[in-house]
Amino acid sequence: MKADVLVQVLYVLAATLFILSLKGMSEVRTARWGNWAGSLGMLIAIIATLIAYQVERYDLLIGAVIVGALIGVPIALRLPMTAVPQRTAMSHAFGSLAVALVGTAKYYQLYPHIDRFTMAVLASEMILGYLTFTGSCIAFAKLQELISGKPLIYPGRNFVSLLVLGIAVLLGVALVVDPSQSALLPVMIVAALLFGFLLVIGIGGADMPTVIAILNSYAGLSAAALGFVLNNKLLIVAGTLDGSSGFILAILMCKAMNRSFTNVLFGGVGAPVAAAGAGAGETRTVVAYSPEDVAAILDGARLVMIVPGYGMAAAQAQHAVKELEDVLEARGVTVKYAIHPVAGRMPGHMNVLLAEAQVSYDKLLEMDEANLLFPECDVAIVVGANDITNPAARTKPDSPLYGMPILDVDKARTVVFIKRSLAAGFAGVENELFYLPHTMMVFGDAKKVVTEIVTALKKA
Amino acid sequence: MPAEHALTTQDIVVNLLIFVLATFLGLELIRHVSRLLHTPLMSLTNAISSVSVVAALIVLADPKNEFILWLAVIAVALAMSNVISGFMITERILLMFRRRQGGGS
Repeated sequence: MKADVLVQVLYVLAATLFILSLKGMSEVRTARWGNWAGSLGMLIAIIATLIAYQVERYDLLIGAVIVGALIGVPIALRLPMTAVPQRTAMSHAFGSLAVALVGTAKYYQLYPHIDRFTMAVLASEMILGYLTFTGSCIAFAKLQELISGKPLIYPGRNFVSLLVLGIAVLLGVALVVDPSQSALLPVMIVAALLFGFLLVIGIGGADMPTVIAILNSYAGLSAAALGFVLNNKLLIVAGTLDGSSGFILAILMCKAMNRSFTNVLFGGVGAPVAAAGAGAGETRTVVAYSPEDVAAILDGARLVMIVPGYGMAAAQAQHAVKELEDVLEARGVTVKYAIHPVAGRMPGHMNVLLAEAQVSYDKLLEMDEANLLFPECDVAIVVGANDITNPAARTKPDSPLYGMPILDVDKARTVVFIKRSLAAGFAGVENELFYLPHTMMVFGDAKKVVTEIVTALKKA
Repeated sequence: MPAEHALTTQDIVVNLLIFVLATFLGLELIRHVSRLLHTPLMSLTNAISSVSVVAALIVLADPKNEFILWLAVIAVALAMSNVISGFMITERILLMFRRRQGGGS
């Protein structure tokens, strides 16, 4: 009995540390402390569990931990910062599969004496866990560019997806009615796996920040559900914290795109749209400028704002951008970065890349702050961003982007837009910015162009 | 430990209460997280929610047959890899967030 009390106390301690850990993330100053609090909480939770439950097969346990470490440590040490979104998707896949497997094991362990409440929680936990697993695998494949980032759209896509989900849920209900029908379980699992696959395969690359956040939320909720099954309060607390975190991030991402959850999940935005909409008929010309032209403009600037996007990550241009900042600052130019919430492939992606390049974080401005500064800005340099700068979001009610909060780069005195080609953004919409008289288009790889601007500036 | 199989109504109610409170606490905590830190926040919450390793350990302690045993072993490996890499990556990312000394705005 004594040991029992000790274990409960340790669980409370672990839960407290998890809460403090998230509290620490409110500021950069306390964030590392928060991470250590979380790690300590985890260690305590594992030790407490090993005290409370006698695992006989320590050989298998140690083997499993070693395998986990062999997978986890090299990823953690070697992962380039540009690949953080992929690794996040992968960890959602691992986490949700672990939870789903434990749920499945629990079903067979309790079988056939399962009360209905437990079965209901188990069924929802398994559906959520397995669909998050395949969904995250597809998200990983898209982010890693193993498969195309374009959404796979076919007629009746949403109907098929929902039908599959419906089958999974119906089988879950049937299991709740009679938990001993173990033949239904594998079918339910397959349906859930298939639904996760269908759901994410239809979502485009630019919507990945939202998708990752939603999958994050699901992974957390399925862990919390497992807590209900095991009557383990620590699991409920930790899973719920993760669930709310993903939920809030997903809401922030949706707001930043002026879209709803349903629209992101079932809208299929980013599919190649048949030529229609504004400006399809007329041909407009764009003048291409050289990096030297940009250097000449930058020469007399006082405030320069850099607007990074996914293209900066794809071209690994963050270090070149930092060099540009250094050269400009050496000439007395103030340099700031304007960060749109959905720039990149996951929440906060750009901040991490710029931090990696040793950009001081007080130079990173959020959208609202940045938009106040654009009218005073001499040159705005867009590096690998597109839709998030499109003024059509403000001015063209018929544009798919209309209503989305954007960075008002067009208000800067001069806009430099570095772009690989004249292709439309992920939303498949042409950017009005290209045709503005004060926009200078520079075509080429982001890293190469920025480096050339730096070289030209050094010569000047 | 109390038998997990026989959940009393009181257990269920207490657990639901914890769930509701944790939801609101979570929303409140996350709302105050700096936008700069959303990526490390995700890797941190990933690691924390992999406390599901605890659930895997509980099943591992009492496997009725080989099949259940191996499901639990795989789950331990998956969750542990998340725990380890989650906290390590968070630390790596956070170490990069530096404010340049004397870099006034």
